[in-house]
Amino acid sequence: MSSAVLSNAAALRRPFIFDAESEPEVPCHPEQSGACAKHMSRDPRLASITPASQLEIRRAPEMVSSGIPELDALTGGLPRGCLTEICGPASSGRTTVLLAALAAATCRGEFCALIDASDALDPHSLAAAGVDLDRLLWVRCEDSSPQRHRDIEKTKNQKEVGNSPQGNWKFELNNSGQSGRRLEQVLRATDLLLESGGFGLIILDLADLPPQIARRIPLTTWFRFRRAVEHKPTILLAIEQQPIAGSCSSLLLQLGVLSTQYSVLSSNGCFADRVADAERNKQELQPTHAQLLTVLEINVELIRSRLERKPARSITFETKTAWAG
Amino acid sequence: MFACIYIPNFLVAAALRAEPELKSHAVAILEGKPPLEKIIAVNEKAVALGIAPGMTKAQAELCPELALRLRSPLQESSAHAALLDCAQSFSPCVEDAACDTALLDLAGMESLLGSLPEISRAISARAKTLGLEANVAVASNPDAALLAARGFSGITVIPAAKEAEHLGSLLIEVLFNERIEGEERKSAERLLETLDRWGIRNLRALAALPNVALTERLGQEGLRLQQLARGAASRTLVPVEVPLVFEEAIELEHPVVLLEPLAFLLNRLLEQICARLASRALATQELRLTLELSNLTGVDDEFENVGIPSESDGSSESPTTSQIISRRQTRFTRTLRLPLPMLDAKIFLKLLQLDLQANPPGAPIVKIHLAAEPARPRSAQGGLFLPPSPEPEKLELTLARIAGMVGEEKVGALELLDTHHPEGFRMRRFVAEVARKTPQKQSPDLAQASSAITAMRRFRPPLRANVTLDNGQPTRVACPRKKEVQGEVLWTAGPWRFSGDWWEREAWSRDEWDIALQSSNTIALYRLVHDLLGGGWFIEGTYD
Repeated sequence: MSSAVLSNAAALRRPFIFDAESEPEVPCHPEQSGACAKHMSRDPRLASITPASQLEIRRAPEMVSSGIPELDALTGGLPRGCLTEICGPASSGRTTVLLAALAAATCRGEFCALIDASDALDPHSLAAAGVDLDRLLWVRCEDSSPQRHRDIEKTKNQKEVGNSPQGNWKFELNNSGQSGRRLEQVLRATDLLLESGGFGLIILDLADLPPQIARRIPLTTWFRFRRAVEHKPTILLAIEQQPIAGSCSSLLLQLGVLSTQYSVLSSNGCFADRVADAERNKQELQPTHAQLLTVLEINVELIRSRLERKPARSITFETKTAWAG
Repeated sequence: MFACIYIPNFLVAAALRAEPELKSHAVAILEGKPPLEKIIAVNEKAVALGIAPGMTKAQAELCPELALRLRSPLQESSAHAALLDCAQSFSPCVEDAACDTALLDLAGMESLLGSLPEISRAISARAKTLGLEANVAVASNPDAALLAARGFSGITVIPAAKEAEHLGSLLIEVLFNERIEGEERKSAERLLETLDRWGIRNLRALAALPNVALTERLGQEGLRLQQLARGAASRTLVPVEVPLVFEEAIELEHPVVLLEPLAFLLNRLLEQICARLASRALATQELRLTLELSNLTGVDDEFENVGIPSESDGSSESPTTSQIISRRQTRFTRTLRLPLPMLDAKIFLKLLQLDLQANPPGAPIVKIHLAAEPARPRSAQGGLFLPPSPEPEKLELTLARIAGMVGEEKVGALELLDTHHPEGFRMRRFVAEVARKTPQKQSPDLAQASSAITAMRRFRPPLRANVTLDNGQPTRVACPRKKEVQGEVLWTAGPWRFSGDWWEREAWSRDEWDIALQSSNTIALYRLVHDLLGGGWFIEGTYD
């Protein structure tokens, strides 16, 4: 859905021009808008139409820091009341951005929720990123439901007392629906948390879900999420491998890793930075125990932004491992 | 001034408090061991049908419109506790005169609560909200108030020095508590008989008797009764320190098998408990639900080693062995612990429903017992400029629903444990009210450093990997369960050895590697782990 404001041209019967990059036109002459309204009220066919000059201008959403200055320079931050997608393959820095956003939000005193579709959160990375653990609600989705656990236990017990193996067969048959169950848990938990309200940041971590499964989420669901978070001070952030929310997301970022850096143990026993490409590793003569992963250089490309900004198209920032100092 | 709250026909009132829908029915309360139960209390509608205390159960059952209920000490104690809660919500000085009577000292209360008639009306209304139909009387001494409450229904206010005038019309029986038993009852009956022979039928007549002659004939007890009849008895209240116990129970005529009717009954009990807590300006942080279940266990032989006629005997006599099917009751208990003190019956009901849906009792229910642990209500100071936070009640419901989907141990806040184990953490309850720490304002350097830390994503459980080694270095990795995690190792760092908990059963020791693998169009970084105790190789996570 476009957030662009209609031009006065439409109300004045001139050709309708839509330009996503244009500034919203605010009538600077009250007499002009008054004359326009009079003109329209005379014509009965236009009586039900509201002139563009009198349309309520949708306010630009409040932007808050993502925790990464370079990213803030690219997008202005993360928008409240909107859906933001961050996409990228494995090791592209998605989780780093996720943790930085969590750290920034908890530092602001906000409560956050993370719906982890693959139960992949690393608590130590969380603590190293500076996230206030008391303010983070972690929902760990998995393939089997608690009822399923009980059913599995029951099946196992039946097997132990020599009952027919049909119960086991039924369990194997249901295995194929596990991904669907996990997705259902993610979507229902998101619905419940959005309805509950009070969270400054809600993150859907779909990064490890295969794209063909993540694409099963219908667009109507994304639209519902977007409507639920509209007019609320909540940032809804989705992390995935490929874009799946379509036009429902207000901000879409594509991440990729440019290079990795590692340090090498020098003769005095200290690790010194050294830029190296992973592909040239084999030619390196340093023993592996003397090497240490220190820096990832991440490239962020702004694919789409419906927000009022004319940003640069991509930026690069560095992330350091917790032991890099 | 003193007030008295009296519950007439207490046994029936306690039963009706648990089952309000019986108020429009004729009700009789039974007591005794079957089959010798007898009626001990009836309501007015039952009296109209000709039912009277002392009748047997068999006689009462001839009347089809009559609802028979067994006497329940638990319901009576709940009703008594509700009576005391009602009294203590109006005065700190309350005497527990009897299970159906409470006396209050209203000194100083008029300036707070209004005039005496207003206070009486408020007491009556509060008792109604707690499920009790009470007589309320106010007088200048406790005994006059008590007699007025016993004798007059509704609300009675006796002005000072007018006690004799107001009490004169009451029957002599009000001087004695109808619930006394044993020697006390016999003595009371003798006195009543004597007074009846003298033609003394009401308190006015008793009050008019000469003191000396009365004392000579009836002793000090007679004099005491005369003082009561004149409304001139004076004593101080003996205040009671009531333990804060908030429990409600209900025994069911027919076992409940579905959760929906159970929810209806739970709602009633919760409303009563919440009303009692509210009358004491308290909330609760823990609810304990105990369900007594009915289970058919099988067959118990009453007689053993008794000759059973065999088929060859051809005997037509019935077997001498009688078989008794015994019902054993088991208890099913659930405890609901809330993160903050709350007082909302609807929220409690919803939480209990969600809990019972996730953990059903598994058998029909014959008795429900609900107890609430009292706590001070929370007080929170809101602020205009504070960041938003979830409402505790809404959040609790949301978390209960999510826990029903993913499991209780899979939703909550994180807590790191004091260990080097990579999975050294545990889940704990998420509470939206954190002790208001000042939002951390980091220095720019620290902010920059902490905001761009390379994160790791874990695989739970870790992915088993097939690793090809060359001079002890991994050169090729393949994960059977995840096809995209395989290929030639482009870069390695490590190994680094970790171990711990060697003093525990679950000791661990591992070598960790950081590796880079070619993954479709990009290079992915993984953590490879060699379990030194188990001998396996695993991909534990990916740097992302």
